[in-house]
Amino acid sequence: MNLTEEQIERYSRHIILPEVGGKGQAKLLAGKVLIVGAGGLGSPAALYLAAAGVGTIGLIDADAVDLSNLQRQIIHATPDLGRPKVESATGKMRAINPDVALNGYPERLTAANALTILGDYDFVIDGTDNFPSKFLVADACHFARKPYSHAGILRFDGQTMTVIPGKTTCYRCIFSAPPPAGAVPSCSQAGVLGVLAGVLGCIQATEAIKFLLSIGDLLTNRLLVYNALKMKFRDVPLRRNRQCPLCGEHPSIIELRDEEAPVACDLRAGGRHTDRQES
Amino acid sequence: MKIKVNDKEVELPDNTSITELLVVQNVKMPDMVSVELNGEILDRKAFETTVLKPGDKVEFLYFMGGGGEIAD
Repeated sequence: MNLTEEQIERYSRHIILPEVGGKGQAKLLAGKVLIVGAGGLGSPAALYLAAAGVGTIGLIDADAVDLSNLQRQIIHATPDLGRPKVESATGKMRAINPDVALNGYPERLTAANALTILGDYDFVIDGTDNFPSKFLVADACHFARKPYSHAGILRFDGQTMTVIPGKTTCYRCIFSAPPPAGAVPSCSQAGVLGVLAGVLGCIQATEAIKFLLSIGDLLTNRLLVYNALKMKFRDVPLRRNRQCPLCGEHPSIIELRDEEAPVACDLRAGGRHTDRQES
Repeated sequence: MKIKVNDKEVELPDNTSITELLVVQNVKMPDMVSVELNGEILDRKAFETTVLKPGDKVEFLYFMGGGGEIAD
């Protein structure tokens, strides 16, 4: 792929990096990343990946922009209230970089559509905000053999790791199944520092870019744990779990399914969050 | 005996089990925690029977849903 004059100027700060160069930028332009959830984590990831010139970006989210989203979901703005998130987000991404092909999916990721959608991408960013969706992303990426970046945020804490299915520690190696519904006493009021989503979402975008460029060391076989109050990052080394129900020696999950019972939040909050996938 | 929990040194009575450690460490929702012992994820069913030894390294790994609406 030959870069145009305009692309050379637009991506000059990438191209000047020996680790990226014109070849690397061409790899980014040929790269395809799917972002699941246009929320707290997905917002910064989508903005930076578009700015970086990742050639094809998919964004899946069934939701509309809500006032309470704007504290952290920085791709959406006040005039976007009520608009489908996918539409609001892709508008911003297009404005940042018209070079990028954008695929918006204004729907939920489900066991029925996941493998078809994932099939078109090189890397997946999990920007979902609920356990059934996180497990679905992990399982779908496993079956589709797509590398993905997991992240979760809560209050002042965040954690993230990158998974190369079949090769590195996966989400189910650590958490074999969603927590039992009764285990989560209060879900609607825990809160989250908005900027935490930015920190973690940017790390996820970094991982996608490194993967597309094949540079550096991915965040695999370790969980990066971040606490904003202590301003500390910590690496927890992980090994693959031989008993993992997904990628272990005798897997019990052999096909993609939706996690049935919505966990805690949905039950206790009367389904308030059942249709939300963003963080 | 001394062990490390999430990289911090903790003093415990001998023969403390993982289940007891969760109590001592004031983990309010054990169901929201995965436990890694010396680099290996422990089967939840083994919490009760797994007894800690001096120098063990334990990591509590928490379920983190994402949007701040998931866990306490």
